[in-house]
Amino acid sequence: MNHLPLITKREYLNKVKNKSFIIMTFVSPLIMIGLGLLIGFLTNLNKNKERIIDVVDESGFAKEIFSDTTSTTKYRILNNIDLTQARVDVEEKEHYGLLYIPKVDSVSQLEKSVKFYSKDTPSLSLIASLESKIEKRLTNINYKNKGIDIEKIEDAKVSVEINQESYTGEKTSKFSGGLKLVFGMVSGYLLFMFIIIYGNMIMRSIIEEKTSRIIEVIISSVKPMQLMLGKIFGTSLAGITQFVIWVLVLGVLTTILTVVFNVDISAMQGSQQEMIQETMKNGDMNDMIAMGLYELDKLPIINLIVMFLLFFIGGFLLYSSLYAAIGAAVDNETDTQQFMMPIMVPLILAVYVGGFTVLEDPHGTVAQVFSFIPFTSPVVMLMRIPFGVPIWQQILSVVMLFATFIGTVWFAAKIYRVGILMYGKKPSYKEIYKWLKY
Amino acid sequence: MDNLLVAENIVKKYGDYTALNNVSLTVPKGSIFGLLGPNGAGKTSFIRIINQITMPDSGLVTFDGKPLEQNHVKDIGYLPEERGLYKSMKVGEQALYLAQLKGLSKAEAKERLKYWFDRLEIGDWWNKKVQELSKGMAQKIQFVVTVLHQPKLLIFDEPFSGFDPINANLIKDEILKLRDDGATVIFSTHRMESVEELCDHIALIDKSNKILDGKLLDIKRQFKSNTFEVGVSTTNEHELRTMLENKFTTSPASFKSIHDDVKMKVQINGSNSPNELFSFLANYGQVNHFTEVIPTASDIFIQSIQNN
Repeated sequence: MNHLPLITKREYLNKVKNKSFIIMTFVSPLIMIGLGLLIGFLTNLNKNKERIIDVVDESGFAKEIFSDTTSTTKYRILNNIDLTQARVDVEEKEHYGLLYIPKVDSVSQLEKSVKFYSKDTPSLSLIASLESKIEKRLTNINYKNKGIDIEKIEDAKVSVEINQESYTGEKTSKFSGGLKLVFGMVSGYLLFMFIIIYGNMIMRSIIEEKTSRIIEVIISSVKPMQLMLGKIFGTSLAGITQFVIWVLVLGVLTTILTVVFNVDISAMQGSQQEMIQETMKNGDMNDMIAMGLYELDKLPIINLIVMFLLFFIGGFLLYSSLYAAIGAAVDNETDTQQFMMPIMVPLILAVYVGGFTVLEDPHGTVAQVFSFIPFTSPVVMLMRIPFGVPIWQQILSVVMLFATFIGTVWFAAKIYRVGILMYGKKPSYKEIYKWLKY
Repeated sequence: MDNLLVAENIVKKYGDYTALNNVSLTVPKGSIFGLLGPNGAGKTSFIRIINQITMPDSGLVTFDGKPLEQNHVKDIGYLPEERGLYKSMKVGEQALYLAQLKGLSKAEAKERLKYWFDRLEIGDWWNKKVQELSKGMAQKIQFVVTVLHQPKLLIFDEPFSGFDPINANLIKDEILKLRDDGATVIFSTHRMESVEELCDHIALIDKSNKILDGKLLDIKRQFKSNTFEVGVSTTNEHELRTMLENKFTTSPASFKSIHDDVKMKVQINGSNSPNELFSFLANYGQVNHFTEVIPTASDIFIQSIQNN
């Protein structure tokens, strides 16, 4: 008798009808948006705070570069005051800090003798910006002293942008590289999150069956393998439902916020966004959008979608069967810790390799190797594919992934079969190894 | 076909540990078969093999004349000792689900559940969640789910645990009724008085081996000790006692009597017959009480385990 659909259906409905699941589904996007707004607000709050920096310039070289008062950092030039007095003064007024440029004979003496006094350690970006300001000014003075015309130097500067093209004639640019990166990152992280959230859910639901002692009743009617697969499928479907709702709700909310409140959501997003913005600094916005659409169009969309689905399903099933085995082996959630390690290590490794190595060199040896190892391939390969991976490599990797999935299901089913009937004590790895031979 | 279930030379090992060592059992059709043994003897291992939860390493199980196979699942109802229900699921939904897993259609399951719920007067529990029920209430649901698909073989492992005496009696009567309707029952328990009340066949498993099986009456005959409880009103108590002690093995006895009797347990040996004992007693006065001591299931259990 094939009870798989029945079990899957119960598992799915049980998850979806669960109150906390429903609440999580609809409240999480609100929390995410709320958090985003909060972070954006806090960041702006910090930026808007006025900082006053007093400047004592005994050398007289730098006065004009601190005349800019448009930014939130304001400079106040102190004249006719000695350093000791200035320090007391600044401290009393609770200004952010004091920049001191001593009197020197030549510009080069200033390289090491400029000082910044402040109550707390100043922010790194501030020091860097001060340094670059002074450097630029002093360099210009140096040019002048050595009789070099600054305007000629500016004239002589050349800015190069390399047009990339593969042997097959595919043109790419830094911008499309960024787009590919975002696509790879998003799909890789998505899978990673999905595995952790819903793998845990499967594990918990198996532990629940053990603690409620219903398992022996069920297992006298259905094969353990069917029960396990039913749980995995049911929970996956519930997970997909939740994910889809999240994306929809997030999309709708974002649109509403943007249209109604005119809030710029994208301004609140992280560094990846900045990276793209960095690459498209030159040129105006309309051009960018047109170029973006053009590049998007050039991405192998069908290939990406098909492979995304295959790797997503394969990767999730692979890991979820391991989660199922752990759930069957233990009696309660606290005992799961020691068995989580073997799952988390390859998973985190995959994300790190994906995040660093693939980013650096999508087709390097490390990236290639990890995109074939089944425990890391779903994440790493998903990140590599947008950069163009030969189709035979993709197929080989998928085949290896699914072959390994069958292996882990077999392995998990063995542990599951024995584990679900073991109560009371936490098993050791050695005992679990023995179960494989029962 | 007189036997519903025949197990031949069942061996089950867990690693180095042998849970069942060459166990053979025969469960006659229509019987209530007591599967007895101390904790850890191998009863649950045996029951799990019948339920195809685990497979034996060697040996053959025949069910209703055919080798046991997956399809027989729907002919077996199993109430395990470690039992429970999904806590957050509604009673009705859950019962329907479990019935469907046993191969009933949804409509059929619903109809039969309604019958049983009315019969046990638990109809208004249908929409309650299991976590709102008491332990005894949940046990009732489990009993219903076990018998719902009208299996040929019912396996009850400690069915009365968690029931108050009234409900335990109710369930006992239901088990007897199911037997009368043609079901065969395997009954595993440590409560010897219910073995006494219900079982007509028993098997005793100890340390992975079967050490005893057969009809309960035959086994009792086998274990009889030729001991009689006697009560005699006599004027010569001292002489009666001395003479009895010389001739037979005696021990003190206590039973209810309206007479002022000398009460003794007397064991006769092979050469004497009960009649001889009776005439011997009659010489000393009025014999008001003369009963053979029948070994109880509990006696048989303890004696067999100790001898093993």
